[in-house]
Amino acid sequence: MAPKHDVLVIGAGLAGQRAALAAAEEGVSVGIVSKVHPVRSHSNAAQGGINAALQEGDSWESHAFDTVKGSDYLGDQDAIEIMCREAPEEILHLEHLGVTFHRNDEGRLGTRAFGGASQARTYYVADITGQAIMHVLYEQLMKFSAQISRYEEYFTTRLVLDDEGRCVGAVLRNVADGSMELYEAKNVILATGGNGQIWRPSTNALICTGDGIAMAYRVGAPLMDMEMIQYHPTTLAKKGFLITEGARGEGAHLLNAEGERFMERYAPNKMELASRDVVSRAEQTEINDGRGFDDGTVALDITVVPRKRIHEALREIVLVGRDFAGVDITREPIHIKPGNHYTMGGVKTDVNGATPIPGLYGAGELACLSVHGGNRLGANSLLDTLIFGRRAGKHAATRAKQVDGARPAEAALRDSEREVAELIGRDHDNGRRISVLRRELGETMDRFVAVFRDEDGIQTALDRVKKLQEELPSAYIDDQGTVFNQDVLGAIELGFMLDQAECTCVAALHRTESRGAQYRTDFPERNDDEWLKHIELSPNGDEPEVSYSPVTITQWQPAERTY
Amino acid sequence: MAEYTLKVRRYQPETGEGPYWEEFKVDLDPDLSVLDGLLQVRDEKDGTLVVRCSCRAAICGSCGTKINGQSTLACKTQLAEAQDGANRRSPDGSAPIVVEPMGNMPVVKDLVTDMESTHWEKIRRVTPWLIPEGDPPEREYVVPPESMIDVTQSMACIQCGACVSSCLSMEADPEFVGPAALAKAYRFVGDPRDAETRQRLYDLAQDPHGIYDCTHCFQCIDACPKGVAPMDQIMRLRRKAGHDEDINDVNNGRRHELAFTKIIARKGTLDESLLLQESYAQGVGGKLMPTSGAIKGLIGSLPTAIRGIRTGKMRSLAKLIPGVHPKLPDGAQQHVKSVYQHAEEHREELNLYITGEEEVEPEPDEASDPLASAVGGEGRHPELVTEGGSETVGTSEATPEADVEPEPDEEGRLS
Repeated sequence: MAPKHDVLVIGAGLAGQRAALAAAEEGVSVGIVSKVHPVRSHSNAAQGGINAALQEGDSWESHAFDTVKGSDYLGDQDAIEIMCREAPEEILHLEHLGVTFHRNDEGRLGTRAFGGASQARTYYVADITGQAIMHVLYEQLMKFSAQISRYEEYFTTRLVLDDEGRCVGAVLRNVADGSMELYEAKNVILATGGNGQIWRPSTNALICTGDGIAMAYRVGAPLMDMEMIQYHPTTLAKKGFLITEGARGEGAHLLNAEGERFMERYAPNKMELASRDVVSRAEQTEINDGRGFDDGTVALDITVVPRKRIHEALREIVLVGRDFAGVDITREPIHIKPGNHYTMGGVKTDVNGATPIPGLYGAGELACLSVHGGNRLGANSLLDTLIFGRRAGKHAATRAKQVDGARPAEAALRDSEREVAELIGRDHDNGRRISVLRRELGETMDRFVAVFRDEDGIQTALDRVKKLQEELPSAYIDDQGTVFNQDVLGAIELGFMLDQAECTCVAALHRTESRGAQYRTDFPERNDDEWLKHIELSPNGDEPEVSYSPVTITQWQPAERTY
Repeated sequence: MAEYTLKVRRYQPETGEGPYWEEFKVDLDPDLSVLDGLLQVRDEKDGTLVVRCSCRAAICGSCGTKINGQSTLACKTQLAEAQDGANRRSPDGSAPIVVEPMGNMPVVKDLVTDMESTHWEKIRRVTPWLIPEGDPPEREYVVPPESMIDVTQSMACIQCGACVSSCLSMEADPEFVGPAALAKAYRFVGDPRDAETRQRLYDLAQDPHGIYDCTHCFQCIDACPKGVAPMDQIMRLRRKAGHDEDINDVNNGRRHELAFTKIIARKGTLDESLLLQESYAQGVGGKLMPTSGAIKGLIGSLPTAIRGIRTGKMRSLAKLIPGVHPKLPDGAQQHVKSVYQHAEEHREELNLYITGEEEVEPEPDEASDPLASAVGGEGRHPELVTEGGSETVGTSEATPEADVEPEPDEEGRLS
C-alpha cells in the first residue's frame, strides 16, 4: 500500500526537519522525504551562526530594524517582526535539545558580531553552526521515529493536486531501486532549499537545484522576488567555496591588491560588516577598476585575528583554506571574491508557510515571505528555516485535523513514469548531454545575472535560457538502469533549474531600479515611488506572467541606507 | 592542467556481472579534487558512474571512498596529493590513482555503499539523543564553557563513514559498535546536560562489541576528514567508565588496562610475564585465591600466549620468568615512570577546538622532551585541555610543532 501521511515534508534540511518535528508534536502522522540522506542537506554549510535578540540590552525591535534595513526595505515587516520576536525562544529550544552553543565565561550562551547587525547577537557553535543544529535535529528525528517516517534518498518528481486544486500528494522515486510511487498527503510542506546550482560557481552544494520552487511553480503557486540572488562577499575564487562572514565578525579585513582597506570608501562606519550586497559590490568595483589581483579577486586578511581565537572559532575556515586553497589563513591573507550564495526569492507563502494552493506549504530558503527582501543578513537564514519551518509544521498539522484526505489520481504517477522512461530511452544523436546544458546555464547566469546587471545582459541570459529549454527534450543521458541512477535525476533537476532561471531573468528585467542584490547599472538608484513592491511570477503558457504585490510596512518607513 | 588516470572499482548490479576495474583519464588542475575528477568522468564520458556527492567542501560527508587504499572523502583529496600517494605505492614510481568504495559496508553500485545497514544502525545503537533530567530550565542550561567546546569535537563529525570503512576491529568483528557511533556516544557522555552518563557508559562497557572492542590501531584517526579522532573519544569513554564510574566490562578490558598501567608505574617498562596474571587475578590476594572467572580467563588465554611464543611475538623465554625484567639504558626507566606520573596527575584530553595560550614557537631542544612527545604525540592535536577543570596545560611544555607528522605507533598514549 502506498504511503499516506497527514503531513508530508519534502526536503530534510533545517526547515524540513523542524517542520516535521513541529507537526509530529501535534500528534499527526508525518513523513519526511529527502533526495539525499538528511544530514547531507545544505543547511550544514551555514557556518557563522544564528541571530536572536536574547542578550540583555538587545531587543527584537533592533534585530527587526537591522533586518528591514538589510533587506533594502523590500522585506515584509509583519513577517520580520514574527521572526525576530520568536527567535530567542527558538534558540533556547535548540539549546535544550542539545545544540552545543558557544558559552561565555559564566557558562551562559555567548555571541559574536555579524554583518549588518547593530549588536553582537549571533549565537554559534565554532563555525559549524548549521551542521551542529542539523545533526541535533536529526537526533530528534531518530528519537521520534515512531511518529515520523523517514524516506531517505527519495527524489520527488512532482506535486499532485486534486480536482478542487488542493495539494494531495506527490510522486516519489526511490533512488536506490528506481521504483516510483504515489504518496498521499493531506498537506505537503516543501523545504527543498535554494537554487544556487543555477549559477556556476556557487557556494551551494550540487543538490541545491531548487526542485521544490519549480514543482510549486508548475502547479501554479506564485514565485516572488526571484531577481533577488545574494552574492556572498567572501568565496574562494576557483571553486566558489564559502568563507564565513564570521571571519569578518571576528575582525578580519578586506584588502585590495594595493593593500588598501577599501571598505573605508564604501561603508566608513560598518566597514567589512556592512550588508552583504554592499560589500560584494564594493569588492566587484575594486576588481573591475583594476585594483584586484590577477585572478580577479581581493584579499581577506584573517591574520589580524588572534591565532588562539582563529583555532577556536574559525577552525573550519582554517581547514577550507588549507585543503582547498593551500593557504594557512592564520599566517597569510586568502584571495576571495563575491560568489553566488543565497536565494532570497522563492515560493510565496504567508507567515504560516501557506501558499495560495490549499494543502501546499513552503519553508526555509525555498519560501519567500519575505523576511529577507532584497538582501539577507548573515545568520538570519538559519533563523528563517527554524521559525517558519516550525510554524509551517504546526499549521499544516492543524489543517490535517480539519480536512479529509483525498486519494491523488494515479495519472500523475503514470505521467512521471512515462517521462522518466522517455528520458532514459532517448537516443544520443539528436541532442547534447544534459551535463553540457547544465554547465552552459551556470556560466551564463554567473556572467549576466550577478552582482552588476543591465538590460542587455539579462536579455542575453533570458534568450539562452529559453534556447536551453527548447533543447532539453532532446538532451540525453547515459545511465539506463534503475539502481541509483543519478543521471536521470540530473536531467529532471535541469528542467527545474531552467524554469527558475527564466523567472529570475524576467523579474530582473522587470525591476528597473537598484535595490538590495539587484543592481542595475542602467538604473543605479533605488526607486521607492515605483518599485517598493514585490514581483510575482506565475506560469502562463510559454512565459511567466508578472504581477505585483505591496510590501508590508508596520513601523519602519523606507529610508536611505548607509553603513 | 594535468592529466591523471583514475582507476575506479566499479560495480553495476543490473548487468549481472561482478565488480571490475576501469581506468579513466581526466584533465584537471592538480589542486582540484579526486571528486572533481570523478565528476568530470560522469559529466563528460560516462554518466553511469555513480558517487554520492553534494557540497564538494568536506562538509556534507557524502563522498566517503577509499583512495589508494586509504578511507577518506573524495572531495578533500587533491589530485596531486592522490597521485603522489599512488606513485609511492608503486614499485616503478608511477601508477594510477585507485578509487574504491568504502570498506566494511555492502556496495550498492560503483562507489555507493549501503550505509544504512552498517553505519546508521550502529549510530542508533547508542541512543543518539540528549536525555536531560526533568524539564528544561527557563533559560539555557548553565554549563562550563570548556565542556561545550569539548563535545564540539565529536559534534564536528559529519557521519561520512570513513572511520567505519577503515576500522580493523570492525573487519574482525562486524558487530563492533564502531568508531563513529562511539564518538557519537561521547558527544552525550561528555555533555553535562545529559543525565544518563552512567547508564550509557555501563551499557557500552557491558556490550562485548562496545568500548573495549577497539584495538587502538589509529586507522580511524587517520581516516577522519574532520579531526574528530574517534579513537580518542573511545579512550575517553573508557576512562570515564573505568576511572570515573568504576565500571568493569565483560571483556575484562578495564582490568587488563589497570594491570598494564600498574606494571608500568612500578617497573617503568612492561613486564609481560606479569601482564596476563595481573589482568585476571589482581594483587597478591587475587593470585592466592583466584576467582573462577580468573582461572577460566587465564586458561582461555593460554592458546594466545603459546601462539605468541611460536610466532616470535614473545621474543625471549626469559621474559616469561617473573622478576627477570631487562631495564632500559641511561635511566630511561625512570623517565618513563615520570611520564606515567605526569599523565596520572594531569589527565590531559586532546581537543581540536581548544588551544590553551597563544601559540609559542617551541624551543629547539623541545622535540627531545619526553613529556612533549608523550602527551602531544599527535601532530594534528596541537591543543590540550585538562578535563573537568579550567587548568590548561602550559603549551610551551606540552605543545609540539603543529606540523609534526603523526607516527601511527607513537609511544606514550594510554593503552
